[in-house]
Amino acid sequence: MRILFTLFIAITLAACATTETTSQPPAAVEDRAPGTTAPGATARPVPGQPVTGVDLTAKPAATGAAALKDPNNILSKRSVYYDFDKFDVKEEYRRMIEAHARYLRENGTTRMLVQGNTDERGSREYNVALGQRRSESVKRMLMLLGGREDQIEAVSLGEEKPRATGSNEQAWAQNRRSDMLYPGEY
Amino acid sequence: MRTLLAATLLSFVACSAHAQLSIEITGAGAQRVPIAIAPFLGEGALPAGASASITSVVRADLERSGLFRRVEVPALVPRPTEASSVNYAEWKSRLADALVLGSVAARPDGRFEVRFRLHDVVKQVAIGGVAYTMTREQVRATAHRIADYIYEKLTGEKGVFSTRIAYVVKRGTRFELQIADADGANEQAMLVSEEPIISPAWSPNGRRIAYVSFQNKKPIVYVQDVEVPKQNIVANFKGSNSAPAWSPDGSRLAVVLSRDGNSQLYLINPDGSNSRRLSNSSGIDTEPYFSPDGQWIYFTSDRGGSPQIYRMPAAGGEAQRVTFEGSYNVSPRISPDGRSLAYIMRNGGKFQVALLDLTTRQVQILTDSDLDESPSFAPNGRQILLATVIGGRGVLSAVSADGRIKQRLTVTAGDVREPAWGPLVQ
Repeated sequence: MRILFTLFIAITLAACATTETTSQPPAAVEDRAPGTTAPGATARPVPGQPVTGVDLTAKPAATGAAALKDPNNILSKRSVYYDFDKFDVKEEYRRMIEAHARYLRENGTTRMLVQGNTDERGSREYNVALGQRRSESVKRMLMLLGGREDQIEAVSLGEEKPRATGSNEQAWAQNRRSDMLYPGEY
Repeated sequence: MRTLLAATLLSFVACSAHAQLSIEITGAGAQRVPIAIAPFLGEGALPAGASASITSVVRADLERSGLFRRVEVPALVPRPTEASSVNYAEWKSRLADALVLGSVAARPDGRFEVRFRLHDVVKQVAIGGVAYTMTREQVRATAHRIADYIYEKLTGEKGVFSTRIAYVVKRGTRFELQIADADGANEQAMLVSEEPIISPAWSPNGRRIAYVSFQNKKPIVYVQDVEVPKQNIVANFKGSNSAPAWSPDGSRLAVVLSRDGNSQLYLINPDGSNSRRLSNSSGIDTEPYFSPDGQWIYFTSDRGGSPQIYRMPAAGGEAQRVTFEGSYNVSPRISPDGRSLAYIMRNGGKFQVALLDLTTRQVQILTDSDLDESPSFAPNGRQILLATVIGGRGVLSAVSADGRIKQRLTVTAGDVREPAWGPLVQ
């Protein structure tokens, strides 16, 4: 794990050295064992880990809890939304997750709870498992970007804690979601 | 065993009869046995506090089963009892095939003796009868026993009127894990929480219930004694812990844990010890359910690309796919005789209860509702209890295994969901 992590930072730094704005294919971080394929996801060989850039030239954000609550800081954003029955993290959420991974790196003692949620359709228990896949995919991405395993717990609330009530696509889209929460926020 | 006493978040309520389930029958069997149940002589002597009379509870039980039709009984003088000689021709002329006569008598010790006799009017013979001694609190329980006896004599199957059901009621932001008699009476809250409760499962002896509570902001599996208001943690590993299912001998629970990454099946002792991983797939494995012989575990998995039902040996081993029709088949429950599998099938945009005959592989859709969940067999296999949504509200519904008889159970001012039918009472 440590070797991998070091290697990863090296790759990230290299990526930053060449270009400031990185434009890479989406990091399809899936919840699965290496070398196996999971349904509804594209299989990728493990050696081809997606190269993800972290913009280290950006002004260091205010560390500490204040940054998390500053509406102008990306760290105040916490939610990742998903398509129906999907659990892959879309490209548009990468920058936010990178920021949180950096926050975890810089605040080594802080912890995070990632809660996965689903819409109301289907079995409650299956939705607990689907929500878990969603939170795990965020956790994996955070770890690839430098968060430590022991800092992050991924759990699922299934369909049990909907943010939006109502039985329509608008409400469902709000509820297919992972939230990244810090101590005191859950 | 690690235990957790009632926190401020939770409260245990010994008895709450504020909003009991009411039951409405929305279908009936094609052939119902016409049965005359004469008012039990002397039941007026029962305490006024009794919530119902023996006669009314027996009648309601049998009618609700959908297998009996009530024959009106005229005011008879003198009123007959179990000791009366029966004029079968007279009852035949009233078109009754079966007749129940009984009485209630106060005993010197303050208890009551209830006696009845069951007659086959067609064959013109008494076919059974029992005497019970009961306390004044046992009126309903005794009536259910009598209904069970009559049901078994006339249908050849065990009656389930004395059984209990568990379910979750959501009232506003509150979640209540409730236990009630099979007819909805005597509702009692086992657990009240501001956070969701799902997946109650009765232990085979009916003394304990395993369930999943989100009271600590994540799913954790607990076991709680029905009589003791104390939560015992079974599985609280990193990640999510859910979907408890008892082995038929009650010694083990199958649960779903995400502690090794993705949701997989594990076996664990009810005290939380000795956990062992059972399934090993790269996708979701969840909703385990033991076959009645304990040899197999049926479960839901998306390993083939869409959620389908599989089974694997309870000792571990290769999984076999069980459902093939449709792209979303979940929540497997095996019938008590092991011959059929009830589950939820997505049928067009609807989620409905399907029944698969495991021998012939025939699939029958039993319900015509849209959002069915959590099927649960009655312990005699005759009915399936389920959760559905009607008019935007969660209600419980029951359907006979042949799809003909339907009942609806509603509770005032609340959403009802997650039903689990308890075992036969010894």
